[in-house]
Amino acid sequence: MIAEKYAAEIESILAKYPSDQKRSAVMPLLYLAQREGGYVTKDEMIEIGGILDITPTEVASIIGFYTLYYDHPEGKVRLQVCNDLPCALRGADEFLEQLCENLGIQVGETTPDGSVTVEAVMCLAACDKAPMFQAQTAESLAYYENQTVSSALEVIEKLKTQDTAS
Amino acid sequence: MSELILLRHREIPDINQLEVYRQHGGFEAFQKAVTSMNPYDVTDQVSKSGLRGRGGAGFPTGLKWTFIDFENWPHYVVANADESEPGTFKDREIMEGNPFQFLEGVALAAFAIEAKEAYVYLRGEFWQIAASLDRKIAELEREGLLGENLFDTDYSLRIFTHLGAGAYICGEETALLESMEGKLGQPRLRPPFPPSFGLYGKPTVVNNVETLTNVPLIITRGGEWYASIGTEKSTGPKVFSLSGRVNKPGNYELPLGTTFRELIFEHGGGIPGGREIKAIMAAGASSSLIIANDEALDTAMDYESVPKVGGALGSASVIVIDDSVSIDWVLRKTLHFFSHESCGKCTPCREGTFWMRHIIDRINAGEARWSDVELLNEVALQIKGKCLCALGEFAIEAVTSGIERFEADFRAIAASSPDGE
Repeated sequence: MIAEKYAAEIESILAKYPSDQKRSAVMPLLYLAQREGGYVTKDEMIEIGGILDITPTEVASIIGFYTLYYDHPEGKVRLQVCNDLPCALRGADEFLEQLCENLGIQVGETTPDGSVTVEAVMCLAACDKAPMFQAQTAESLAYYENQTVSSALEVIEKLKTQDTAS
Repeated sequence: MSELILLRHREIPDINQLEVYRQHGGFEAFQKAVTSMNPYDVTDQVSKSGLRGRGGAGFPTGLKWTFIDFENWPHYVVANADESEPGTFKDREIMEGNPFQFLEGVALAAFAIEAKEAYVYLRGEFWQIAASLDRKIAELEREGLLGENLFDTDYSLRIFTHLGAGAYICGEETALLESMEGKLGQPRLRPPFPPSFGLYGKPTVVNNVETLTNVPLIITRGGEWYASIGTEKSTGPKVFSLSGRVNKPGNYELPLGTTFRELIFEHGGGIPGGREIKAIMAAGASSSLIIANDEALDTAMDYESVPKVGGALGSASVIVIDDSVSIDWVLRKTLHFFSHESCGKCTPCREGTFWMRHIIDRINAGEARWSDVELLNEVALQIKGKCLCALGEFAIEAVTSGIERFEADFRAIAASSPDGE
């Protein structure tokens, strides 16, 4: 239950918004809920709806609309490569293809050991430093810029071991 | 330009620390405003400066602030830090490098419209920037520069960050407000505009990060000083995000009115691999494709001149395309983006971007006849002028201009397709 686990944080999130506009806290609460497992469970949707006086369906619609919320688990490390126009002009498509080939997966898939998911995503506002990606783990979301396939594989190894260490 | 006004961290590396920012005049403007100016005087200086919105629309900032409804309270300021346009990466650098100047700009805007709460809406991927801004806001509260009864006056102000979660549409101001209210980020029917019906239905000013970062120096040095930079109608400096096929991509702060040629060839170091420049997109993926001939290259990048060569300055996100690139591939890229990011509210945009993506995939795969190119153009024109927000319009800019101005690229595909012309 996030209400017990993050009581103080929930209180400070709710304090950001007018007391009659609690619904504004739905996005920050969803980030809290998926902090540990990387996705939001059905029970957590019901719980968040209860905290904010909205229905679980309304909570689920927010998860469905925004791309950074997940309702099911994926790899421990989510590697999201931007291959929009400016990045593609700097070789992002080739980078993405070769990275997936190295990991033995297709774009959008997770490695068989469940450790890494590679996705193509929309612009990440780092167009001058492509190829680039963001790596999402349960604890963090960080940018890695001016990448090659080998530097990306090193990042993956580092994030995987960090995850086991914690 | 001799002095940087926005990207000041490039000259003063530690300006992201409050002590250093204050040594360089930081928060003098806000203190001066709160202790010795009427809110309207702040707006007046911004109007005199000629500052126009840097998010893309180029709307006069001071004028926007005067639209605030003073019969309806409370008022809000929302800084738009949703920067998601392919080709745009300036607000991120400003918030990382020169964050206090941005926050002081938020504070000045709030004082000008007598708001006691301001929010910074950041795209979800800027999670670390939001955490860093939170720490800086806390520091400002400890130092008495934000919070209750500022500088022993009765003015109080708090600033909060709010993270989006990956939706380009939330850069559109009314979708952003919906998202802040905990709803789907879908645009509202306008009018009413945010200065009369904004966040929680209250009068709200929504300004882009770069726009607000200009304000502290306008108040310190005066609107006339600012208006002396740039051109007569497009005043001030602008951060140009340069990307694509150039040797030195990056952000360049230059006066409005600088030519494409100077940006791309002097600052950007020209085109790599001995290639020729073919097309320019001046406002990110939302741009029309400008034929990069001498006339275009010698055009001043300001709000008035770029339309004369068939484009728009927008957020000044200049994507350079060289002669090794086929325009159908460019359209495939932009249409995949817009069909993914269409919020689904208006049918012409939702269905139109979907079908345009399918048609361009066929064209790009070399499996299309000329009639498919015509069909693509027709679908694009069906979206034009039929949606609540500009996303649909943005999606067709490159399509219609690309087919018209680079017809040869499409003729070649149609001629070589198995089905023939």
